[in-house]
Amino acid sequence: MTPTIFWQLVFGFGAISLVSVGGGIAVLPEMHRLVVEVHGWMSDADFARRFALAQAAPGPNVLVVGLFGWHVGGVLGMLTAVMAMTLPTSLMAFGFSRLRTRLAGRFWLRVFERGLVPVAVGLIAASGLILAQGAAISWIAVTLTVCSTLFVWRTDYSPLWILIGGAIVGALVL
Amino acid sequence: MTDPDPPRPTPTVLDLFLVYGKIGLIGFGGINAWARRVLVEEKRWLTDQEYAETLGLGQVLPGPNALNAAIMVGDRFHGTAGAIAAPVAMFGGPLVLLAGLATFYDAYGQVPLVKGILAGIAAAAAGMVMGTAAKMTGKIRPPPSLLAVGLCSLVAAGIFRVPLPWVVLGLGPVGVACAWRVLRS
Repeated sequence: MTPTIFWQLVFGFGAISLVSVGGGIAVLPEMHRLVVEVHGWMSDADFARRFALAQAAPGPNVLVVGLFGWHVGGVLGMLTAVMAMTLPTSLMAFGFSRLRTRLAGRFWLRVFERGLVPVAVGLIAASGLILAQGAAISWIAVTLTVCSTLFVWRTDYSPLWILIGGAIVGALVL
Repeated sequence: MTDPDPPRPTPTVLDLFLVYGKIGLIGFGGINAWARRVLVEEKRWLTDQEYAETLGLGQVLPGPNALNAAIMVGDRFHGTAGAIAAPVAMFGGPLVLLAGLATFYDAYGQVPLVKGILAGIAAAAAGMVMGTAAKMTGKIRPPPSLLAVGLCSLVAAGIFRVPLPWVVLGLGPVGVACAWRVLRS
């Protein structure tokens, strides 16, 4: 990895991270602009494939930046991109966490926290819906999604069982 | 039903590291649903309400919300050490896995069997994420006004695909106003 690419990763993803309110994936279009349009590091298809892989793999979705970094700079590029994307906002989150501890129990903080809860839960539901649309390649896949929703909602068994079931159904009929 | 409120265990730094490492490695379809499953249901370190509040704050701050939430959970239990242990574990495992998968996927990603398995996991993971949201709503039992804000967030982001910053900045204040009315009375 050349020093030029190193700094391009640091400043490119560092800048994107600072505007990523609502989650790392909200800035996917910005990442596309940086990686494909500005620097021409990879093609559109490569970009889409790497994003699909990061979605399919476990772990935070934002780790897709690690794959972009890997593509241009190997292991070092991967670490650089992930650090650039996460470190600045992590320091802010830590500072905020300290502030929250100091203000714990204040009426306004409680109002603020409780008021954001429905948005947090609503966005989890929305991301499930978006994933479901992407995964709905046939009626079998849709049935699988519906069964999985009910399984996780109505029982306390580990969701890993339904994922294993999904893998088996997928291997056999998808 | 079980005992309504047995005392909640407090994790050590090592617990935080191991548990967040596990959450990262099983986190299909995104971290948040799994973090809730493990932290609230399996380990009982947090209540549903506490987890949702932490995640809500994580969404307002810039940066990946799961990461922000992990930092706040780590800090809550063990200060700076916890705030480092939780996110490092959550990212470290999946990052190694992903590097391996990327190599594998470039070579075998188009093999029908692999595609089928990935499609099946994706469909199940999508249901898992939606089921988690339904379960949280049932446990938190929000008053009608806050429930409405939640449904608006779902429709805006999930159906109309409004960019997340606008959902958070637009509906967050409405939620806060509703919470103010609820808590004042």
